[in-house]
Amino acid sequence: MSTSTPDASTPSTSTPTTPPTSTALAADTSTITDRSGLEVKGLHVWFSKHHAVEDINIFFPKNTVTGLIGPSGCGKSAFLRTLNRMHEFIPGAAMAGEVLLNGEDIYDPKVNPAEIRLKIGMVFQKPNPFPAMTIKENVLAGLKLAKIKHDDKDGLVEECLTRAGLWKEVKDRLGSNGGSLSGGQQQRLCIARALAVNPEVLLMDEPCSALDPGSTLRIEETISQLAETMTIVIVTHNMQQASRVSDYCAFFLSDGGPGRLVETSLTSVMFTSPSDKRTEDYVQGRFG
Amino acid sequence: MTSTIDSTISEESTMPEPQRPWRATRDSLRPVIASNLVAALAAFALNLVTGLAGFDGWLLTFVPIAMVMTYITRRRQGTVIVADAMVTTLVTTIAAVALFPVMSLLWAVATKGLDAFYVGFFTNDMRFASPDDELNMGGAAHALIGTLVMVLIATVITLPLGILTAVYITEVRGRFTPMVRFIVQSMSGIPSIVAGLFIYSTVVMGFESFSGFAGGLALAILMLPTVARTAEEVLKLVPDEIRSASYALGAPQWRTSLFVVLPTVRSGMVTAGILGIARVAGETAPLLLTASYFTATSFSPVDGPMASLPMYIFGLLQSGTEYSFARAWAASLLLLGTLLILFTIARLVSGKDKR
Repeated sequence: MSTSTPDASTPSTSTPTTPPTSTALAADTSTITDRSGLEVKGLHVWFSKHHAVEDINIFFPKNTVTGLIGPSGCGKSAFLRTLNRMHEFIPGAAMAGEVLLNGEDIYDPKVNPAEIRLKIGMVFQKPNPFPAMTIKENVLAGLKLAKIKHDDKDGLVEECLTRAGLWKEVKDRLGSNGGSLSGGQQQRLCIARALAVNPEVLLMDEPCSALDPGSTLRIEETISQLAETMTIVIVTHNMQQASRVSDYCAFFLSDGGPGRLVETSLTSVMFTSPSDKRTEDYVQGRFG
Repeated sequence: MTSTIDSTISEESTMPEPQRPWRATRDSLRPVIASNLVAALAAFALNLVTGLAGFDGWLLTFVPIAMVMTYITRRRQGTVIVADAMVTTLVTTIAAVALFPVMSLLWAVATKGLDAFYVGFFTNDMRFASPDDELNMGGAAHALIGTLVMVLIATVITLPLGILTAVYITEVRGRFTPMVRFIVQSMSGIPSIVAGLFIYSTVVMGFESFSGFAGGLALAILMLPTVARTAEEVLKLVPDEIRSASYALGAPQWRTSLFVVLPTVRSGMVTAGILGIARVAGETAPLLLTASYFTATSFSPVDGPMASLPMYIFGLLQSGTEYSFARAWAASLLLLGTLLILFTIARLVSGKDKR
């Protein structure tokens, strides 16, 4: 899919007919001409006066999985939250730069942030099903909250729960409370809930950090399947997980100051022959 | 083969009974009961010989004696246990003392109120009976209906308004949030007679008539701060993760509040309503100048003065005869009973929070 055109600064308008890039991953994402997907240009993040993330340039090609790795406190989560405008809920939050979804800036003043969040879904570190809703209502919550019409709700519930790897476990108790599930099941319910509104991009902030190995495995399988139809960005502290699920990896690091993007490359390259010494030290477990 | 059979048999035969070893047994409680009993009797005896008298005097002597007794019975077991037992005695006694006035009040209302109860008390009004008639005449139906109508008016106005105010303070967090919170807090300090006076000078003088509606408005003024502040406290308990999850699904703020946050604390909102009703149901002063006093049953809140249980009690106390006092006690019991029934229904309907 990569072409010889190295000009990445001018995003082309999205062409929906382009086949997924996953069959042939470009070694350098900046060389991909088709800029459909999520592109970040010169992004800075602040919390009041604290400069959390500095000058990030990265491109998440359509229908790929990108793992964000790096030690705690390097700004991965803050960066992730700017990608679907969840950052702005934090009092004192500020940002600079551009985030382009299929070439269009999501921070354009004319853009409705709620619509952006509908297209760019998010799964949080801590499972957060809606406590006053049943399992079924949780899955359909996005439709209700964003006023989306859907003809076959039962079918949608089954489809989303199946894709999240939860259907078999809960199909007989869709009417019971979402909070009655175990932690791992709750997280898969949250994934199903995010899938129901059919987002183009799914952001995952350490989705498996509170889960047992079995649930983690199921969620990783889910991620691999989802990547056929959506772009996924996943923050993880687990190197094995990053190498298992992601096509690309981005290594963030903070040397006491704001977090920076040290290196972006194919996951296979990142874990075998990274170009930066610090990346090599981190992925081999020498620090962090 | 034999071993499996053996194991099933032994499993059945040695299946342990569920036990609660952390609970006090009868044996361990015996010295505690005995020492407290001795302390109670000793306190009584001391009251006879000294100048101390009455319940207060008895309590004043009981607590130190009980603590000394506790010290003696537990001395062999070490200082930690003695200190623990003494603090337990002290705290239990204080809790009992704090509960005593409430229980005493309920007891007085229940026993004295039952005297004037008869079937007609719930169905008759005072059109054809005077306050000092025999207790088999007249009743409090008009007052009960009036109270229910006016509290209903106040609740219908206040519950949405109070919850919206709380949503503004906790969810919207607009520029005026500190001001709104300050005003709501100040409102809870309004003397109830001032609320009545305000409605009197606006609604009652405007329509040139007392009315149940004016009474309901006066109650609403008093009810609003209680409902708003309780609802605010409850909404603060909703974890932010829930809101984030909703926003991340593309929900605008108002739909997040309406479909996610408020349903999560449904039972808390009922609590806010209950506390608001409890605040105003027994208010007399605001009704004095708005709904006034009436002896006939009326369901219409816009048709002249309306009776209410507090005003009924107030009127009976002013008559000052034996029978009117008995009726006042019965009306008090009726008021307490009505509130108890209302709150029980509200709790059953709202269910438990699934937080």
